[in-house]
Amino acid sequence: MQQSESTHSTETAGVQSAQEAPGGEIIRFDKVVKRYGSNVVLNELDFSVAPGERVTLIGPSGSGKTTILRLLMTLEDIDGGVIWVNGEPLSHMRRGDKLVKANEAHLRSVRKNIGMVFQQFNLFPNMSVRKNITEGPVHSLGVSKDEANQRAEELLDLVGLNEKIDAHPTQLSGGQQQRVAIARALAMRPQILLLDEVTSALDPELVAGVLDVLRNIAQTTDITMLCVTHEMSFARDVSHRVLMFDAGQVAEEGPPEQIFGDPQEERTKSFLKAVLEHG
Amino acid sequence: MTWDTEFAISIIPRLLEGLAVTIQATVIGYLVAVVLGLFVAILRRIDYIGPVVFVVFEFIRTTPVLVQLLFVFALAPASVEPLTIGVAVLGVHYAAYTAEVYRSGIEGVAKGQWEACRALSLPPWRVWGAVVLPQAIRKVVPALGNYLISLFKDTPYLFAITVGEMLFVANAIGTEAFRSMEAYTLAGLFFLAVSVPSAVIIRRLERRYAAV
Repeated sequence: MQQSESTHSTETAGVQSAQEAPGGEIIRFDKVVKRYGSNVVLNELDFSVAPGERVTLIGPSGSGKTTILRLLMTLEDIDGGVIWVNGEPLSHMRRGDKLVKANEAHLRSVRKNIGMVFQQFNLFPNMSVRKNITEGPVHSLGVSKDEANQRAEELLDLVGLNEKIDAHPTQLSGGQQQRVAIARALAMRPQILLLDEVTSALDPELVAGVLDVLRNIAQTTDITMLCVTHEMSFARDVSHRVLMFDAGQVAEEGPPEQIFGDPQEERTKSFLKAVLEHG
Repeated sequence: MTWDTEFAISIIPRLLEGLAVTIQATVIGYLVAVVLGLFVAILRRIDYIGPVVFVVFEFIRTTPVLVQLLFVFALAPASVEPLTIGVAVLGVHYAAYTAEVYRSGIEGVAKGQWEACRALSLPPWRVWGAVVLPQAIRKVVPALGNYLISLFKDTPYLFAITVGEMLFVANAIGTEAFRSMEAYTLAGLFFLAVSVPSAVIIRRLERRYAAV
């Protein structure tokens, strides 16, 4: 199921979703297969994402949403098919006319365009907030320490945590840690930001603060976002497109007002009903 | 045999010289063990090299240190000081243990930390030097400390290769004066005087790092 750019446009409610998704493709999955043992998680999956597009992946547990993000971040090996990022194969590299399995240097190079925010934050507990944010730019991108520090301060302003710059992660609440994790991902100036259930590990009263930060980023940047979430109102507000996954395939896709307002597939209807009843 | 306090006092300076050699062998041997053990733990994670390193250090770990000391002493050129041989053998032997300690610390670092390093495309030297090892070593400081005491208590084995450590001196005094009780008793007390405070310090470290 290949998504052409013409189907990305939306006229959804809300400030962010009124924006047209730009054209072209920044991510493309070509018949991607991922298995864990005998369990096929992604079954010849095809889909693409346009530059600047914000796509939300929804679906039941085990439907392959998080696996998509982990494959894009090269945290998992692909079992079949090809993933393309910016027209370059992610999991493979070109050797003459052939595509061969990517080596670590190729993965590092392509990965620099992608940032990820994890469900469990994964901040480095032995480093200050400042060091957490500057570590990647300084040692991976070769940015000077001064520039990285300045960028860290700007990003902490953006996420509302400037006063915590010298704190350690253990001194922060879950919501604050997640906001630092968002700042850390943005410090790499990624073209693509992957958000993996970023509010799932948070106490309910902390969720709104994190989602507000993400809404703000969606409003003020043109970063391509792929977001796995059960926060349906957030998905409705920021997404250009929603993909409903089931059994490793896209069961339904469309603009958020269609998926949430008038889903066509029975599987989507039952999933949304279950989420809304328990949410 | 009765206790002769005057004789006991007279041999204290010689025993303290032996204690100095014991401490020297312990400190240098321990430094070798903690540094080499770290390299071994890292090498064990590398394809192809890892299994070879594992087999070599398992062999070292599961054979008696006394046998290793005598074996290396017999093969080493006569120009090499017995103390140098002793320190090297103790260091390598204990590296086999500290490598296991480091391994458990490294495996205790959360998977998410490795994934975050990957997401930031950190080079391997930063992954290890700035993220994994600082967290792993913090967890294993108490266990590493226990091996310091253990190594200290194994230094009498150096007696077998003629290193002038404390037991060697005590034995020499006994042979010369035909009185062994004072020398061995004092040697035992000196060992106790060093290892008990060390154990207390290590317990404190254990509590401190467990609280983090």
